[in-house]
Amino acid sequence: MPAVYINGSKVEAKDGATILQAALDAGIYIPHLCHHPDLEPAGICRLCLVEVEGRGIVASCQAQVEDGMAVWTETPMVQKARQISLELLLTNHLGDCLSCPKDNECKLQEVASYIGINEERFKQLRMLAPQFPLDESNPFFLRDPNRCVLCGICVRTCDEIQGIGAINYAFRGFATTIATFGNKPIVESNCESCGECVVRCPTGALVPKNYRKPAKEVKSICPYCGVGCSIYLGVRGNEVVFVRGDKDSPVNEGQLCVKGRFGFGFINSPERLRKPLVKRNGEFVEVTWDEALDLVASKFSQYKGDQFAAVASARCTNEENYLVQKFARAVMQTNNVDNCARLCHAPTVAGLNIAYGTGGGTNPISDIDGASCIFVIGSNTTVAHPVVGTRIRRAARRGATLIVADPRRIELFNHAHVCLQQRPGSDVALLMGMARVIYEQGLHDEEFIRERCENFEAFVESLEQFELDFVEEVTNVPKEKIIQAATLYATRKPSLIIYSLGITEHSHGAENVLALANLAMLTGNVGKPSAGVMPLRGQNNVQGACDMGCIPASFPGYQPVKDGAVRRKFEKAWGCRLSEKPGLTLVEMFQEALKGNVRAFYIVGMDLAYSMPNARMVWEALERAEFVVVQEILMTGTAKFAHVILPGASFAEKDGTFTNLERRVQLIRKAIEPIGDARPDWWITCEIAKRMGATGFDYSHPSEVMDEIARLTPSFAGMSFARLEGAGIQWPCTSPDHPGTPILHIEAFNTPTGKGHFSPLQYKPPAEMPDDEYPLILTTGRSLYHFHLSMTRRVEGLLALHPEERIWLNPKDASKLGIADGDKVKVISRRGEVFTRAKVTEDVAPGTAFMTFHFYETPTNILVNEALCPIAKTPEFKVTAIRVERA
Amino acid sequence: MSQMELIEEKMEERVDRILSCFSGRREELIVILQRIQDEFGYLPEFALIRVAKFLGVPEAHVYGVASFYAQFRFKPMGKNVITVCRGTACHVRGSPMVIEEVKNRLGIEEGDTTPDLRWTLETVACIGMCALAPCVIVNGKVHGKVTPRRIAEIIKAVEGVEKK
Ligand code: SF4
Ligand code: SF4
Ligand code: SF4
Ligand code: FES
Ligand code: FES
Repeated sequence: MPAVYINGSKVEAKDGATILQAALDAGIYIPHLCHHPDLEPAGICRLCLVEVEGRGIVASCQAQVEDGMAVWTETPMVQKARQISLELLLTNHLGDCLSCPKDNECKLQEVASYIGINEERFKQLRMLAPQFPLDESNPFFLRDPNRCVLCGICVRTCDEIQGIGAINYAFRGFATTIATFGNKPIVESNCESCGECVVRCPTGALVPKNYRKPAKEVKSICPYCGVGCSIYLGVRGNEVVFVRGDKDSPVNEGQLCVKGRFGFGFINSPERLRKPLVKRNGEFVEVTWDEALDLVASKFSQYKGDQFAAVASARCTNEENYLVQKFARAVMQTNNVDNCARLCHAPTVAGLNIAYGTGGGTNPISDIDGASCIFVIGSNTTVAHPVVGTRIRRAARRGATLIVADPRRIELFNHAHVCLQQRPGSDVALLMGMARVIYEQGLHDEEFIRERCENFEAFVESLEQFELDFVEEVTNVPKEKIIQAATLYATRKPSLIIYSLGITEHSHGAENVLALANLAMLTGNVGKPSAGVMPLRGQNNVQGACDMGCIPASFPGYQPVKDGAVRRKFEKAWGCRLSEKPGLTLVEMFQEALKGNVRAFYIVGMDLAYSMPNARMVWEALERAEFVVVQEILMTGTAKFAHVILPGASFAEKDGTFTNLERRVQLIRKAIEPIGDARPDWWITCEIAKRMGATGFDYSHPSEVMDEIARLTPSFAGMSFARLEGAGIQWPCTSPDHPGTPILHIEAFNTPTGKGHFSPLQYKPPAEMPDDEYPLILTTGRSLYHFHLSMTRRVEGLLALHPEERIWLNPKDASKLGIADGDKVKVISRRGEVFTRAKVTEDVAPGTAFMTFHFYETPTNILVNEALCPIAKTPEFKVTAIRVERA
Repeated sequence: MSQMELIEEKMEERVDRILSCFSGRREELIVILQRIQDEFGYLPEFALIRVAKFLGVPEAHVYGVASFYAQFRFKPMGKNVITVCRGTACHVRGSPMVIEEVKNRLGIEEGDTTPDLRWTLETVACIGMCALAPCVIVNGKVHGKVTPRRIAEIIKAVEGVEKK
C-alpha cells in the first residue's frame, strides 16, 4: 500500500489508485468534473490539477500515486491554473442555473462555488442565449447541449458501460458538441435509452424528463426480466416517481435497462384494477371483496379434483406461488398447476435435469466477466436480458472471444468474433456438428469425461450422422464457420454457454438443451468458475414459480409428486391427502378444457390468451370453461374472459421474494400502499382457501410462508427473510449457515449417479416446414421496449419508442412479394391470420420472417403452432410456416 | 428495381471497392474517409455506416472523426460554390451581410447545398486578401469589396450563363 502526503497529512492509498481517488477516499476534496468512479480517467476538464513536489502541476485523475509522493492541492499555482480551466468551461455554458433542472445537484455548480468565481466575471463568460437546439426526442430524457461542458462522461459511459458508443464528440472548436451519428435526434440513433449517461452527467445537459424528487427510497427488485436487477424505488406520497439501480448489487452493479429504469409508470397507472369485478350479463360490475371471495370460494368448491386447473404467475413472489400450488394441491386436490415456464424454459428444467441433475443455470451472472469464451445461442440478449447483454458486450471489449448463433442478425453480431446464422430449428445439427469437430480434433477433455460423466460412448456413436456436409446443408452455416466456432469454444477456456428461448421454444426444445449440456461436458466446461451453461430465464420470477412447485409433476424444490416419501411429507405438513398423479401442463389444460374435461380456471397474473400458441384455441377454451377467475393488476386480454377478476397488488405494494436467472432469491419490499382496493396476491389466495374451509392458510406475513417453504424444501432449508437482506442467496442453500451455491456441480453432478449424463441425439426438423402454400418461416421474439403485453403498454414512453408490430422480411422476399418497407400486409398460417406492416431488413435471412407478440392489435400468437416438445411440453414458438400478402 | 435503387447499389459497390484495399484497422479511418470523399465528392451516410461496420467501431465514432475535420463534407457539392470569407477584416467590412444575402437568395444555410444541387455556400477564415475585404470566391474566382448587391449580381450572372 503506497503512502502519500496530501497537504502534509499521510494518506494510505490503494495500489494503482490515482491521486484523485486516494484524496477522495481520504475525505479530501479536489474539484473534478470529467472523473467518474465507474469510468476510465480521461483528463479532459483540467479542474483536478494538483501540485506534486518535484513534478509540478499534474491532473490528479490521471496520475497514479507513488509511495512517498507529496501532493499539494491548494497552492497559488494550482488555484490559478484551476481558475483558468473553470473559466474555459463556463464560457461555453448556458448560465441560467435557476431554470436548470439540475440546480442544486449540479457538479459544475459544486466546483464553481468551491473554486470561487466572481459574479461579474461569470456574467461576462457565460453563454447568454442558447446556441444549440434541444434534443427532446427521447421520451425519458432531455439533451440540452447548451448546458454541456464536454466532459465526455456520457460518451465514455455509452462506450465503456453500455458498450455501444451511440454518442461521441463531433465537430470542433466552439462548435464541438456531443452527437449521435449524423447529429440526428437521439431516438434515431442506436441509443438503447438505458439512461446510464443521464445518471452520470454532471450538469443539466442530460436530465430525466418529468423528474420528481422522491421523498424516500425502498430497495426492491426490477419487475420485468429474469436478470433480477436490484433497484431503489423512489417514493413520493403513494406514488413511485423514480427508480435507480443498486450499486452494491452483484447482479447489476447499479446498471439498469430502459424498462427497469423508466418503465415504472404502470404501477400508479389510472388503468390499475381497483375493485373486484364480477361479470353479470356480459358486463363487469364492481363488488366488495367479501362478495367476490365468497362467490369464488363457493364456485371452486364445485370443481374440486382434475376438472380444476391453476395457472401461477411468474410475476408474483415465491411465497405467492407456493400458496397457489398449495391451494391447488391441498384444497382443490389436483396437481393441475403450471406456470408460463411451460411456454419458455420447461425444456431447460427437463434437459438440465437429465444431464446434470438440477434444472437451473450453473453459474452466476458475474462469471461472464471471467470467461475467455462466451457462446451465445438463441438469445437476443441485449434486447431480452439487457443488463446481461451489456455485460457480454463488455467482456468482448475486454478481449473475451464471443461466438453468437442466431437465425437473425442480432445486435450482438456487431461485437462477435464468429457469427453463425443458422436456420430456425436446426440447432441440434449445429451443436452436434460442433461436438463432432471437437471430438475428431481431439479437443475434448478426456479426463473430465472419464471422471465426471457417463454414457459417453453412446453419445459419440450418435455423432456419426453429423457429418459436416450434412450439418451445413441443414443449418445453412458454412462448414468453416462451424469448425472455427467449435475450435474456439473448445480451446478458449473457461467457456460459458448462454442461451434462451431460441433454444427451448421448439418441438424438440429439451433436445436442444441436451445438445448444449453435451457440448459443455465434452470440453469440461461445467462446474467451474466462468465455465457452464446459463439459461436466461424470461420473467422476473419464472425461476421461482418453477422452484415453488407450480409445475404439475413436482412439489417445491422439484420434489416429485410421484415419490411416496415426498408426498407423505407434504401430506403431514398440510394435513390432507395429496394426489400422486402428475397434473396437466399449460397447453394441455386448454386442450382438455376444449374437450370439457377442465371446467374451472384460477389464473394468476398471466396474459395467456395472447401469449400462448394458437391463441384462437385458447380463447375458445376460455369461453367454454364454466368458471374462470383471473387475478391481475391491469385489465388484460385474458381478464376479459374471466367471470371474476380479483385486483392484485403490484410488486411495489408488497413484501416477498423473487428468484432470478442465477437462482438468486432476493427480497422485494413494500414501497407504497396497494392501489385502490387491490390486495396482495398471497392474501387473496389464502382468503379463498379459508373461505373454502381449509386450514393452513393463516399467515400474517409472507416471511412466515418462506419459513414453511424452508421447512419442506431441502434446497431452500437455510433461507429466511432475515438472511435474504442484502444481496440475497443462490439456492441450493441447505442450512441456516449455508452460504448458498453460486456455481453448481463443482464436485459432483446432482444426478442419481453423481455423473454428468451424455445424451445421444438425432436431428429432427421442426414440426412445420415451409412448403408451397406457406413458404416462409416465422420466428417470434421480443423488443427491448416491451415485456409481453399489459405492463409496458401502460408506460407511455415505452409505447412511444416501440408503438406497433412490424413483420421483418428480407429484401429478397419482400421484392418477390411486391412489398415495400411500411406496407400493410396480411400474415397467414395454418391457424389464422393477422394484419401488420412490413419492415424490410437484411437482419432476417431470406426465407425467414420475424415478429414480436407485444400488441393486442396484432395477436401474433394466433399464427403460432402449438406442436409440443414431447419431453417438456413446450410449444414451438420459434418456427411457424406462414405466407405473407399485401393487404 | 427502381432507378434510384440501381444507383445506390452501384454506390455501395464503389464503397466496397475502396474498403477492399484496407485491412480493417481503426487507424485507417481517416484515410478511408479521404478516399470516399475523393470518390463521391462528399461522405454519403450509407458509406459511413459501411465504414463503421468494416472497422468494427460505433457509427457515432466515425461521424465524430469525420465532422472534426473541415475537409470532409456530408452533403454533395453543388455545381457552383460560393465561399464567403469570415476573417476579421472581412467581418468588420460587412461579410455577414453578404452571407445573409446569399442565404436568403438561395434558401440555404452555411455549408449547405440547394436541393437542385446547383449552389453550395461555404465560409472560410481569412484568405489573405484583407485589403480587398470583404472577399468572396465564386467557382474559384476571387471577388473583392463585395456588397450584398454585388453578390446578387454575380449569382444572377452565373445563372444567366447556365441558362444559355
Ligand atoms: S452531456 Fe453531460 S456528461 Fe455528456 S459531455 Fe456534456 S456535460 Fe458531460
Ligand atoms: S441512454 Fe444509454 S444507450 Fe443511450 S446514449 Fe445514453 S448510455 Fe448510450
Ligand atoms: S435487465 Fe431485466 S431486470 Fe434488469 S432492469 Fe432491465 S428488465 Fe429489469
Ligand atoms: S477530473 Fe481530472 S481532468 Fe477532469
Ligand atoms: S479577413 Fe477576409 S481575406 Fe482576410
